[in-house]
Amino acid sequence: MAEQTSTANAWPSNPAGLIPAGRKRLGWGLLGVATLGLLAIIVVQILYKTEMSTVGFDTWRPVVYAYILWGIALGAWQVLTRGEEGQRALFLLPALLFTIAMVIFPTLFGFYIALTDWNLSSFSGRKFNGLDNFWQMLGDPYYRNALLNMVFYVLAVLVEYVIAFGLALLLNAQIRARKFFRVVFLLPLMLSPVAVSWMVGKSLMEYRFGPAATLARYLGWENPAFFSDPITARISIMILDAWTFIPFMMIMLLAGLQAMSREVLEAARVDGATAWQTFWQVTFPLMLPVSVTAVILRIIFKLKLADIIITVTSGGPGGATDSVSSFIYREYRDRSNVGYGTMLAMAYLVIIVVFVTWLLKFASRFVRNVN
Amino acid sequence: MSVQTTDYSISEIRSPAAFVASRVFIYGALLFWAFICLFPIYWTITTSFKSAVDVTQGHLIPFIDFQPDWKGWRSLGLSPDSIFQISTVRDEFLKRFMNSVITSVGASSLAIVIGSLAAYGLVRYRYKFAWFKNEDISFFFLSQLILPPVVLALPFLVLYREVGLLDTRIGLILLYTLMVLPIVIWIMRDQFNSIPVELEEAALVDGLSIWGAFFRIVMPIALPGMVAAFILAMVLCWNEYFFAALLTSTDAKTIPVMVASQTGSQGINWWAMAALATAAIAPLAVIGIALERYLIMGMTAGSVK
Repeated sequence: MAEQTSTANAWPSNPAGLIPAGRKRLGWGLLGVATLGLLAIIVVQILYKTEMSTVGFDTWRPVVYAYILWGIALGAWQVLTRGEEGQRALFLLPALLFTIAMVIFPTLFGFYIALTDWNLSSFSGRKFNGLDNFWQMLGDPYYRNALLNMVFYVLAVLVEYVIAFGLALLLNAQIRARKFFRVVFLLPLMLSPVAVSWMVGKSLMEYRFGPAATLARYLGWENPAFFSDPITARISIMILDAWTFIPFMMIMLLAGLQAMSREVLEAARVDGATAWQTFWQVTFPLMLPVSVTAVILRIIFKLKLADIIITVTSGGPGGATDSVSSFIYREYRDRSNVGYGTMLAMAYLVIIVVFVTWLLKFASRFVRNVN
Repeated sequence: MSVQTTDYSISEIRSPAAFVASRVFIYGALLFWAFICLFPIYWTITTSFKSAVDVTQGHLIPFIDFQPDWKGWRSLGLSPDSIFQISTVRDEFLKRFMNSVITSVGASSLAIVIGSLAAYGLVRYRYKFAWFKNEDISFFFLSQLILPPVVLALPFLVLYREVGLLDTRIGLILLYTLMVLPIVIWIMRDQFNSIPVELEEAALVDGLSIWGAFFRIVMPIALPGMVAAFILAMVLCWNEYFFAALLTSTDAKTIPVMVASQTGSQGINWWAMAALATAAIAPLAVIGIALERYLIMGMTAGSVK
């Protein structure tokens, strides 16, 4: 994305000297009162919850309200003390305060939960157990299996990419009723994965009388059980997920194709290139940046894959189709193992961050080399 | 995204036979994929009108293969003969439906408001909070996209219980806002970038404040982009299952959770499930068909220069 910021920077900013001292004092006073109020409520609540005092609230909700008020005071402080500079900061503040409150705090809290032994169904409550969860995780064959499955699921993106590229080329060809086909091809993306897992996974692929099973029998597969042996089940899950998400990549690639300049293609044809050569030597290299963006976004979405697996196979048979998310979901839902589940999730987060960072680095080098 | 007429392929024809072959291949492939996209939807809709016998014998075409019947819709309380009668299933369904509407519209609106403001600020002004500059702040927002729901789910479960937001629509709205915020910021940054800065400079010269210029000049121009971001956010929120399944139980349950809980039971009534699935996907299918242009605009933002 091009930065226009530098041009906007040329605007005259309000010199700080123009703001009267009284207004500044008001701003600082407001922020001070709000901060003290927020801290006071937090302290009161901590004392109450740890039973060191009798004054307090039943839930922590007043702290949330205090945080919102503090955020408003922070905005007012910016405007009062910094004038137009402050008004500019006001654009960013709501989103920033919101995201920080919603992400940073829960993630830190998550790291703490990960170090505790906490089972919701047992009465002993939460107790700190250091790295026990971590050692348990290293020896957990099901978690390793889920991670391995994620590798397969992510690799399936490449197949999805090939199909999506083919569809984008078809839609970009000179055809009638282009809009009709585009809408139809886009439809699966609209549908809720949970509904899709019933529509396709549980009824179309139903063993006894699902049309897909009937078709498979007709084609000579005698025992079309889509979800009973590990490899077939994995492939079925991949197909289900691909069905919903191929349109996503297709639309991005189609936009890339339509943005390509006609002159280059003309030139290639004038030089006598066949369609095959034109594709590999002109279209594909020119589409590489868009392709990389589409594939990376798709991989990021794929890493969150859970809904379909939870609803269709619940990880079965024997954990063969589990993604990390669905495995942790069951760890919580079925075994109420909050401490251990959170440790798994946090480990997954670290793995994902490392992987995606590497992917972005790798991709940027890859794209630059070609251009 | 505009549809361009591509006239270059006509001159590519080498012989009439090759032309016909390529046409046949192209339309064959298009129709084949259209069938793959539409058949599951067709199957679900028709199944909601089938009785048990028609399902097991694999009848496909209404009126020829089987006699359609309002069976599935009657069990939901939404068929013509049961719509005016009291139906607990329908009440349940409508409650879930309203929950889905409220959470997805609420979250998308909130995300659009704070996301657009942030995107505008990031595009037009230069910030420095401690050692964080614009690029770092942008990266901070967009990096939330990577965060898998499962990482936040359990801490939020505990926190929401402490705060009293468990099983409330507000709780879901806040989480969904967090989920779609990076996407909204991504789309809106692209939108604001394409608006020439001279427009706002002129507005400032005419005496508008920064915020006045934003609301009176920039907003109207960026409105299509906002609609695109809103619809994309709506789709994501409406279909969200993971958080809803973990954080809601009775009051704030959404449609996907209801669908999922029905499929879990053994001996599913196919027609009832099909009716439920149809009702769950219908709103988005309609939106997808009617507002396809905006959806595509949202999805392709920033990917193509």
